[in-house]
This record gives sequence, structure tokens and C-alpha cells, in this order.
Amino acid sequence: MISLSGLTKEFPGGVRAIDSLDLEIRDGEFFALLGPSGCGKTTLLRTIAGLETPTSGNVGIGGTDVTGLPPGRRDVAMVFQDYALFPHMDVTTNIAYPLRIKKVSRARREAKAAETASRLSLSELLARRPAQLSGGQQQRVALARAIASRPQVFLFDEPLSNLDARLRLEARTFLKRLQRELAVTTVFVTHDQGEALALADRIAVMNAGRITQVGTPSEVFHRPADPFVAGFIGSTPMNLLPASAEGGELHVAGAVLPLPRDIPDGPLVYGLRPEYADLSQSAPVGRRDAFSGKVAVVENLGTAHLVTLESGDLLIQVVVPEGDEPAVGASAWAAPRPGRALLYRDDRLLTGA
Amino acid sequence: MSQADPSGLGRARAVGFVLPGLVLIGIFLIFPALWTIYLGLTDYRLTGLAAANPQVVGLDNYTTALGDDRFRNSLWLTVQYVLGSAVVGQAALGFAIAWMLRNRPGPVKRVTEGLVLLAWILPSSVVAFLWIALLDRDEGTLNALLHTPGFAWLLDYPMSSIIVFNIWRGTAFSMMLYGAALENVPPSHLETARLAGASTFQQLRDVVFPRIKGHVLTNLLLISLWTFNDFTSFQLTAGGPEGRSEILPVYIYNVALSGGQLGFGAAISFLVLLINLVFAFIYLRLLRGRRKVVVP
Repeated sequence: MISLSGLTKEFPGGVRAIDSLDLEIRDGEFFALLGPSGCGKTTLLRTIAGLETPTSGNVGIGGTDVTGLPPGRRDVAMVFQDYALFPHMDVTTNIAYPLRIKKVSRARREAKAAETASRLSLSELLARRPAQLSGGQQQRVALARAIASRPQVFLFDEPLSNLDARLRLEARTFLKRLQRELAVTTVFVTHDQGEALALADRIAVMNAGRITQVGTPSEVFHRPADPFVAGFIGSTPMNLLPASAEGGELHVAGAVLPLPRDIPDGPLVYGLRPEYADLSQSAPVGRRDAFSGKVAVVENLGTAHLVTLESGDLLIQVVVPEGDEPAVGASAWAAPRPGRALLYRDDRLLTGA
Repeated sequence: MSQADPSGLGRARAVGFVLPGLVLIGIFLIFPALWTIYLGLTDYRLTGLAAANPQVVGLDNYTTALGDDRFRNSLWLTVQYVLGSAVVGQAALGFAIAWMLRNRPGPVKRVTEGLVLLAWILPSSVVAFLWIALLDRDEGTLNALLHTPGFAWLLDYPMSSIIVFNIWRGTAFSMMLYGAALENVPPSHLETARLAGASTFQQLRDVVFPRIKGHVLTNLLLISLWTFNDFTSFQLTAGGPEGRSEILPVYIYNVALSGGQLGFGAAISFLVLLINLVFAFIYLRLLRGRRKVVVP
């Protein structure tokens, strides 16, 4: 278990990378720190590792306060974005390096390295140098080095970002299975929301040094706590439109939608994922619950198309299944599916609409 | 345009461009070197009969030198000077400063580097005067600081004095070279070692030195050669007292120019040249051996 309380990291010059942050990460959990670059996620990971000293607050690992301990005595292992393999050592020596520092005998640490390597299908490569390995192999060696010393916590800094796209998917599945098998508490940093949703048991979404939301991938995806999270999560960004509640009706971009009872009148932000609207090219009869607009852009997503409608000076995006894509310049109507939209007021989630 | 001639200059014009440089090198470098070798085989003197009509004496100068206590003493002092002030002093101190400054905030680093650099860029005569002012027997700053009036540092500890002097003067080069070399060590590698629990010594041994081995070799070669041939200490002790700080370059000066034995001095110069070549050869061997390991 990792517990952070009141954690603040201020860099010289007054930049607050982490701002009085509290977080509990459970035993065996696969936990993602997700956010745009500069949000403090890497600083947070490095503070857990002990590579950064917090300005104030505490870090606890496995029930002991490790705030004052150097990295080497925290029983954590970290995999860096560039893997940090030592170029002058072969794979065995690299994997066994932490054991060598811990004064494990040569025979035992080489056996341990070989065992870990075979688990990660690196047995053929033990005598090679890092320069003779592919990116995916280097990543597995870095993982093996972290695993071999049997730490309490794994810390991964953007573990997949240096791999090419196809390999990344493979490595993702592999990483998730490995973490399940080892059942070691794992924290990883990513700016890729898809990676966080796919890998993590829980996600903390960070923005400007603070955690905006902590939840399971499904919670974060379906009920983002504020417009920032809503815009950040999802492979196509959520539509966030200015709206207003008036006399029990919701007015958004020229459409009138039903309003949940308990929302008082006033301005709102209306959030709708592009996947949760249906596009039709004929005007709906006697209905006012669809956004009308002109097709401005059509982007091919492979099995679907992302259509951008121009409605007044607002842009509304809708994902349209294969074969149904409209022509650019045509008029079209996007009808939100009931119960899928989210309403925000003062940057807080009110309820679904 | 053929591959051997990418600029399309043609052989004749290419030679034309290189020729002035070659002529200058020939006149000022190769000819004097050969002339020195020739002089080393004669009894040429600055003044007197042998100056007008030098006789070839064969290897006499060399056998005399190798059998001469003053020469052997001078060689031994030079070894001390190189090991003490260059290898241990400048290289170790320079690395230590570079290592300590590597993560320091801007002003601390810049001021320290600036001060160390100042010692290096000041003209040697100015530096020598500063050190005489520091070490002087009667009015010296050091005696004033230590409350040891009348202590003659340059007379009682001539070797230590010039060794410390040369460390002070030359550390900047090693510091800058190692400072640049340390930038090549990825922070994540050091952090991986720290996370494994490696001590500073283990980090240096396992992460830093394997990375900067080439820089270390280059540094050691250059400062060894420079120090071996360094004449600046002459301005402090002139080799004295009684030859106790007479390193080889000073010895050659004293023998050839003060003593007027040009032929003998030339022979010793040639011996120094040979020693320098041995240094360079060992270095090249080490560097080549290293390449073989790195690129399998």
C-alpha cells in the first residue's frame, strides 16, 4: 500500500509541481497517474521513488513512513522511459545489477537473472548487450531488472511510449498479464488515456499538480468529475457545449432537451461523447432534440468516421458507423442518446441528462 | 567527380592548398626536431671552440646523461611532478569539482567554474608572481595567514610548492572536460543505480566511469604531456634549491642555455620526446582496446 498525505513539491522558482495531494494506492493494485504533460505526474512518481524530496507532506509505503529514506531503502523498483540499461553490461549483468548491490552471491544472482529472463522470454539474449536488442526486448530487460529484486512496489515512467504503435499494444497486454501474475503494487505514469483505461485498475487524473478524479477506468470514462477530465478521457474528445436550464428544459446549441428535475435554472456545460449521438441526414419531424448543422470535416477512423458539424459558431463531433458518412457541406442532425450526456455547473458534475 | 576527389579540385590544386601549411610545419617543427637529433650527437656548445667547430661524438651524450645522477634525479622529480600534480591533483580534483557541481543551481556552479577557470586563463608569469607573493619568506600572504613569519616554503618544500602550484593552475581543464563528460551520463542510469541502493562509489564505478572512460584517457594523456613538458615552475623555483625541484624541462634549460652545453641539452630533449611518444603510444593502445570492447 502506498499512502500520500498533504504532499507538496515546489521547485526553485516557485513552480508547484504537486499541490497538497492525498492519495491511497491499495496492495496489488495497478494504478495509473494520467494527465497532460506538465501536470506533475512524473514528479509524483519520482517523489514516491525518493528521487525528489517533497517540500512538505509524507510518503508511506507498506505502512512505514519513507519520506526521509533514500531511494535505495524504499524497496521500490522503477522502469524509466528510456529503460536506463547499462550499455557496458550484458543482459544477465543488467538484470542482476540490483542483486549485486544487495551483495547476493554471483551464482545466486545469475540463477535469479536467468529465471526472471526466461519468464519474460529473454533466455536467448542473456549474453547480449543492450545495443544489440530491439526496443521491445530492451523494455523487457528493464522490466526483468525491476522484477528480479522482488520489490514491494513497481514504478513505471511512461513504460510504453518508446515502442512503436503495434508493439505497444502487444506490450500492453503483456504488461497487464505480468502485473496480474506478480500481484505487486504498481504505479505507472502515462499521458495516453487509452493506455490508462486499458491497463489500470484505478486511475488518478491529474491537472496542474492536483488530482481531479480517482476512479476505475469505467468511472472515469462514464462519469468524469469535471469538464477537464471529460475532455481528456476518450479517444475522441467529448463535446462540451454551453447550455442553459430554463423552466425545466435544457437549451443546447439550438436543441431543446429534457432536463433532470433537480437542476435549478442557470448556465451549464453540456458534455456528450461523439460515440453517444446518432447522425441523420433528414430533418426530424416535430422534434427539437437534435443538433442541426453543416458537415464541416469527415475523418476516417477505420471502422467508423468522425464527423464534425458546424452549428452556428459551435462545433459538434459525432462518430458515424462505416458506410453512413455524410458528404462534406451537407446538412445533418445529431440526436443525443438519452441518458448519455453529462451536465456540469461551476466545473462540477451535476448529473447525467 | 570521383569519390576520392569529392571537391573536384584535382590533385595539383589540392596540393597547392596544403603546401603552405606543410612548408611551415616543415620549417618550424620537423626541421628543428631533426636538427635536435643531430645536435644531440655532437658536442655543440653555446660559446667557445666547440661552438665554432662542433664534433660528432656519437652516443656519448646519451650514455653520459643516463649515467648522470643529476639527470636521473631530474627524471624522478618529473615523475613525481606528473603523478602528483597532473594525475592525482588536476584529474582527481577536477573530476571531484565537476561531480559536485553537476546538480548545483546556476549561480553556485557559474561562480565556482569562473574562479577555477580564472586560474587557468591568467598568463603564467602573472600566476607565478601571485604565488611568489603568497609563498614569500618575508612578506608572503601564507606566512601572514598561518602566523609563521620567516618560513621559506619555496626553499624548504620546493617540490610540494610547485606541485600545489600546478594543481591550482591546471585543474580548470580537467574540471571542464569532466563536466562535459558527466553531461553524457543519462540521469536515469544514475537513478536506476540509486534505486538499487548503490553508494556514490558504486554509482561512479558502475555507471559513470564506464561511460566516460574515453574522456578520462584523453584527459590523462593531455595533462600528463602538458605537465611533463611544463616550464612554468621555473618562474617559482628555477629548479632550486640545489636541484630539488629541477624537473626535466628546467634541467634542459639549465644545462643547455645556462650551462651552454647545447649538444647535451639536445640529447636530453630527444629523450624527453621519446618518453612523450611512449605516453601517446600507451594511450592509443588503451583507446583502441576500448573500441574493440564497445563495438563487438
